[in-house]
Amino acid sequence: MATKENTPNAALLDYVLGVADDSLVLGQRVSEWLGHAPAMELDIACSNLALDLIGQAQLYYEYAAELDGQGKDADDLAYHRDAHEFRNHLLVEQTNGDFGKTVMRHYLFTLFSKMRAEGLAKSSDEKVAAIALKSVRELEYHLRFSSDWLRRLALGTDEGNRRVKEGLEDLWAFTFEMFKDVEAEESLYEAGVVPRPSSLKDAWNEQVAALLEEIAVAPSARKAAPTKGRVAGHHTEHLGHLLAELQFLQRAYPGLSW
Amino acid sequence: MSNQWDLYEVFIRSKNGTSHKHAGSIHAADANMAIDNARDLYTRRSEGTSIWVVRSKDITASDPGEAAALFEPAESKIYRHPTFYDIPKDVPNI
Repeated sequence: MATKENTPNAALLDYVLGVADDSLVLGQRVSEWLGHAPAMELDIACSNLALDLIGQAQLYYEYAAELDGQGKDADDLAYHRDAHEFRNHLLVEQTNGDFGKTVMRHYLFTLFSKMRAEGLAKSSDEKVAAIALKSVRELEYHLRFSSDWLRRLALGTDEGNRRVKEGLEDLWAFTFEMFKDVEAEESLYEAGVVPRPSSLKDAWNEQVAALLEEIAVAPSARKAAPTKGRVAGHHTEHLGHLLAELQFLQRAYPGLSW
Repeated sequence: MSNQWDLYEVFIRSKNGTSHKHAGSIHAADANMAIDNARDLYTRRSEGTSIWVVRSKDITASDPGEAAALFEPAESKIYRHPTFYDIPKDVPNI
């Protein structure tokens, strides 16, 4: 489906699919805490976060299906594409690890995705703008939840601080991808349809640096930066496993519904 | 969990103008976390516009053993209910 023609519509389809994939994959990851979270209250909190994200994914998939114009629906796009066709950022597919790593991943990505959604809310494409606007409120809460938990863990005990730091080290290399401009999207940036990724980088770095200083966690010096997940579908080994679980039912029983 | 968080009682106001009503209880490490946890558990279906939380141990409750002494004397005092007045027809909301 992700056509390689260099038309604005094809570029927008790829972009919208990417945003949808980000939400679906992160939502699936967060939902893996169901039944395993450190406290029952966090079980519920994590499933709420996951449901927000999957709801956002659904809206973006529906619009992607419309742009695609080949009679597919949101479920086709979510359940019947293989890992190499997914256009999510590498950061969101990384494994949960412990709760410290999970909230670090959620903070690093949500800070970016909230900025992206604020940009998309001003899009010249009305549908993108409407979906993004709805998601901003939800992402604000996600940011509050994840940054509060980073404070609690990192400022609470030495062990909490160590685990948050390890989470940061595991994830940092995957943050560079979020701010990489994509040549095929140049026309979308120019037309004000989507925000230019590199334009978000300074504000993101500033806020992350401020939080890390506040919670007494040294920044990561890691530079390695795999950046071909969103643009070319070159994912880490984790995405295939995640999709195997996420897509199993629809692959085994296509079209099955409740 | 070996170190159980404190128990908090949660009060939700469903809309402006009404009073906060007891919704249930949740565990949390402090009051801010209690607000978040209460939000996630008790306002998922748009039940609320405002949340109060208070540590359960900070609530002083009446002793069930004293219920008779505290509450039974009121039962025989029907004159405390404003039921002996004629309500004018034009004043519906008394």
